[in-house]
Amino acid sequence: MSIKLSNIYHTYSKGTPFERLALQDVSVAIAKGEIVAIIGHTGSGKSTLVQHLNGLLKPDKGTATIDDMDITAKGQQAKAARQQVGMVFQYPEHQIFAETVFEDIAFGPRNKGFNEEEVAKAVREAMEFVGLDYDTFAERSPFQLSGGQMRRVAIAGVVAMNPDYLVLDEPSAGLDPRSRNAVFREIMALHKSRGIAIVLVTHSMEEAVKYANRMLVINGGQVLFDGEPAAIFKEHGDELVQVGVDVPQVYKLADLLRHKGMSLPEGIKDEMALVKAIKQAKGWK
Amino acid sequence: MIKIENLQHYYTDSDGNEVKALDGVDLTIGQGEFVAIIGANGSGKSTLARHLNCLLLPTDGRVEISGLDTREEKNMWDIRQQVGMVFQNPDNQIVAAVVEEDVAFGPENIGVPGPEIAPRVAKALAAVGMTEYAKHAPHRLSGGQKQRVAIAGIMALEPKCIVLDEPTAMLDPQGRKEIVSTVQKLNQEKNITIVYITHYMVEALAADRVVVMEKGHVRFMGTPKEVFSRVDELEALGLEAPLAAKVASELRKSGVKLPSGIITDEELAQALCQ
Repeated sequence: MSIKLSNIYHTYSKGTPFERLALQDVSVAIAKGEIVAIIGHTGSGKSTLVQHLNGLLKPDKGTATIDDMDITAKGQQAKAARQQVGMVFQYPEHQIFAETVFEDIAFGPRNKGFNEEEVAKAVREAMEFVGLDYDTFAERSPFQLSGGQMRRVAIAGVVAMNPDYLVLDEPSAGLDPRSRNAVFREIMALHKSRGIAIVLVTHSMEEAVKYANRMLVINGGQVLFDGEPAAIFKEHGDELVQVGVDVPQVYKLADLLRHKGMSLPEGIKDEMALVKAIKQAKGWK
Repeated sequence: MIKIENLQHYYTDSDGNEVKALDGVDLTIGQGEFVAIIGANGSGKSTLARHLNCLLLPTDGRVEISGLDTREEKNMWDIRQQVGMVFQNPDNQIVAAVVEEDVAFGPENIGVPGPEIAPRVAKALAAVGMTEYAKHAPHRLSGGQKQRVAIAGIMALEPKCIVLDEPTAMLDPQGRKEIVSTVQKLNQEKNITIVYITHYMVEALAADRVVVMEKGHVRFMGTPKEVFSRVDELEALGLEAPLAAKVASELRKSGVKLPSGIITDEELAQALCQ
């Protein structure tokens, strides 16, 4: 089970003075069950890339397939393939439109042809998944909710369609730290319980190293690095800064401490690991 | 420069309930100060910011900008010229097809005489480091560059204060650094008062003062050192101290003696590796 982009090229505004090559010769396969972070500066081609994963954009050259089915083709089968990929855009709460939370989340499943009983079940499950109590929230207006809650409604709307792959474009932008953690807890739970593959476009290096088991670094419309986040941050720190991204704060702090003579092990991924390593280095209990 | 007294802002939601977005805020900000405002989503940060240039008016209490009461309609244009706003989304703030025309929009709009406009635009672009992009198309710039153009648009109005409401929320790491250093420069070199709302605590480190909001109140405030040393309190408010402060706090909890007020990587490194 995988989405496969093979040698794709994409040019915007082709044949006009604004013509711009956004992707060149990109080949990526994303298997079910993976959590892939995609990083890169604004305009590097990240968003163009993920929009090829469910046929929102067609490549000029190259192919996009899900389990060998060409997703850019016409017909029911290709449509069904595209629907396996749920897409949560930036600021998804701006796309909420219905009068109640239930109606908003039900839109996708209804469109997919679920009957009312299936719709109700899908909505209830999706709400549970994103941590919104059904009895409390189902009949509320989504516009009365907090920013974090609205975002969960929007994510629930995609989850309710029961996708095999979930693409999230900066799901934590504009949220405070607590809501950010809450949104990620739910995304991870979803990954665990349903085995959904997660593709996470992010500007936060912390999120990439904390949640993903694979990371793609995009630069100039090409894949610059593809591998385990910790390994890429460790081996290519300087190059990452050069292409307009960064390394996680905890890497910088650990590097500074090493530079000042403290002997710390490699691969410290979060603050608690760093605290532990400092204590060990200092011989503190 | 900015004087806020017992500011209250209530509105009625569509279910007919009264919501107290701001419930008694007192805050004075001096000319040339750089103030960061942090707080959870819904704590009232943006509502507060929108009172600083008459986008919202107090339900009760008062807001004064350079002695001008925001509730007096005749003061509105004067206040808006003194206090400019930059919002989250760079794409929603650009109006023209060429950078310098976009920056000229503000001064043209307030009736600055024609010959004065070009020098103002040039000065504003220089202040944000975008001179070489004067003839470029804004939509082809990076997010950080677009936000700098938005800031230049305000600088062209020769304001006393710039209010930035999460200006880096949609930017990549490079863009975030660009905005923080631009804002710092305007503050230090041009004495512009800065009110900077953010969810990134690292950015708030650059401020003279950090104001922490909760449920429509100012919960506490102080220098970055004072505020970010209160690691557990920040966490209880749904916020986060910078990494070095958190690590220092964890080490102290397990009995390690460290000097107080550690909030940056350098300070922690110095305390640990003497």
